[in-house]
Amino acid sequence: MLTLIGVAIVVIGFVLRMNPLLVVTVAGLATGIASGLGPLAVVAAFGKAFITSRYVAIVWLVLPVIGLLEHAGLKERARSVVAGLHAATTSRVLLAYFAIRQVTAALGLTSLGGHAQMVRPLIAPMAEGAAENQYGELPKRVRYKIRAHAAAVDNIALFFGEDIFIAIGSILLIKGFLDQNGIHVEPTQLAIWAIPTAICAFVIHCTRLLLLDRSLRAELARQQDKA
Amino acid sequence: MITLEHIYWLTGLMMAGVALVNARDFTNPRRFNNTAFWGIYAITFLAGSYLPDLVNGFLVIGMVLVASIRGLGQGKGESATREEREEGARRWGNKLFIPALAIPFVTVLGTLFFKKITLNGSPLVDVKQVTVISLAIATLIALALGMAMLRPPLSAPIREARRLLDAVGWAAVLPQMLAALGALFAIAGVGNVVSGLAQRWIPLDNPFVVVLTYTIGMAVFTMIMGNAFAAFPVMTAGIGLPLIVQRFGGDPTTMAAIGMLSGFCGTLMTPMAANFNIVPTALLELPDENAVIKVQIPTALLLLAANILLMNFLVFRR
Repeated sequence: MLTLIGVAIVVIGFVLRMNPLLVVTVAGLATGIASGLGPLAVVAAFGKAFITSRYVAIVWLVLPVIGLLEHAGLKERARSVVAGLHAATTSRVLLAYFAIRQVTAALGLTSLGGHAQMVRPLIAPMAEGAAENQYGELPKRVRYKIRAHAAAVDNIALFFGEDIFIAIGSILLIKGFLDQNGIHVEPTQLAIWAIPTAICAFVIHCTRLLLLDRSLRAELARQQDKA
Repeated sequence: MITLEHIYWLTGLMMAGVALVNARDFTNPRRFNNTAFWGIYAITFLAGSYLPDLVNGFLVIGMVLVASIRGLGQGKGESATREEREEGARRWGNKLFIPALAIPFVTVLGTLFFKKITLNGSPLVDVKQVTVISLAIATLIALALGMAMLRPPLSAPIREARRLLDAVGWAAVLPQMLAALGALFAIAGVGNVVSGLAQRWIPLDNPFVVVLTYTIGMAVFTMIMGNAFAAFPVMTAGIGLPLIVQRFGGDPTTMAAIGMLSGFCGTLMTPMAANFNIVPTALLELPDENAVIKVQIPTALLLLAANILLMNFLVFRR
């Protein structure tokens, strides 16, 4: 039971809104010590795990060029392109991105997206631009809501698209694990059984996105009544 | 051959540059905290593969202390005003999209074709890491395009990287830290304890209850670990294989596929999946760090319910 102390620390730390880096480090060290490692061995294990996980941070290499382009007006341009399309609404912009992201992920093209490369410089400004086009200057709260939706679209479309592709990490992990347990399955079979959930994800989230325009309209109308 | 190590050197150089720009920025009241934080991070990229594990461990703890005691600051000014950026947007027009879209485009081309390029018989890039290496090469090509087009001062890219990285702050390191925590959880056997608890306390003699336990267990355990990949072996070995497959004769392929996707529903609801849920709130400058999670929860719950029903009807179809 003591092994679960790390889980408890993480939950308490996040609830109390303490610095997550500190919470995670303390949780890691406590878990290691609870499992019987010596203090120095725990620090070494943590260091080793941190170093082997460095690949997660490679995505930050996009920042110099994205920053450069933003400085030259990339976001403003993304906004004005959408402003030129009269049919564009926030819902429709996000729906289009959802469809493209899910289909390309299903074809194994998972890198056609991402928060640093696509959402911040292009998708979020476009979704905001479409709303500005309809309603004029937006209050901050509405802006934040649209941006959060843009990030959510990237995640959901990716998660429930990529498993249809046979060579993706999760499919390979499932196959490897089942092989170890003496059950042999074909990646194609696994990919096929990911399709029903992918369709449900599309229907559920796109319905919510369709309702987003309506909720933005209602929220902005309330705002104007107050003003 | 280009390997992950070379990409780490590149990342390390960028972090070192960010640290240097911070050291010289007098508008940031905590500039030395930022310098120390990104500087140590740079060392873990440049030298991490060669240092002993213990030294790396203390470097990480050093970063955490810098970030949590007094914290990191942010410099003011230096970036363009809104008017300047709008002027830039008018001047460059749609050409601005070329370097931006070159990043995903070249990454995809790289993942498809780098495998086939060989140099003196050995592959040009490490085939196992082709996606990450392609992304790094794509950013370099995009940067070259951007520099050739905009002709800014040579130091502009690193100053811009500093601006964005400081806006994200310590959250930039959180995904990596959580991956390390997951590894420690695995060493300590946290998973076995959790599935042991589930087996002891939940009545698992009805197929629907078993499906319910497995799918919800995948989601909850993913929320704790921040990663469905960590939850899958534990839940499947503890509940999926012995009960759904062996006792009730369910199909392992269907179970595994839908089980993993139930875990992904958990990923949408947890701050532990920081790179998907916390980092974007920093990148999009949202004041509420749970803003993305809050938007995702309704979809995640509806989809988890859909997964439960799908598995219940599809897994026992024989």
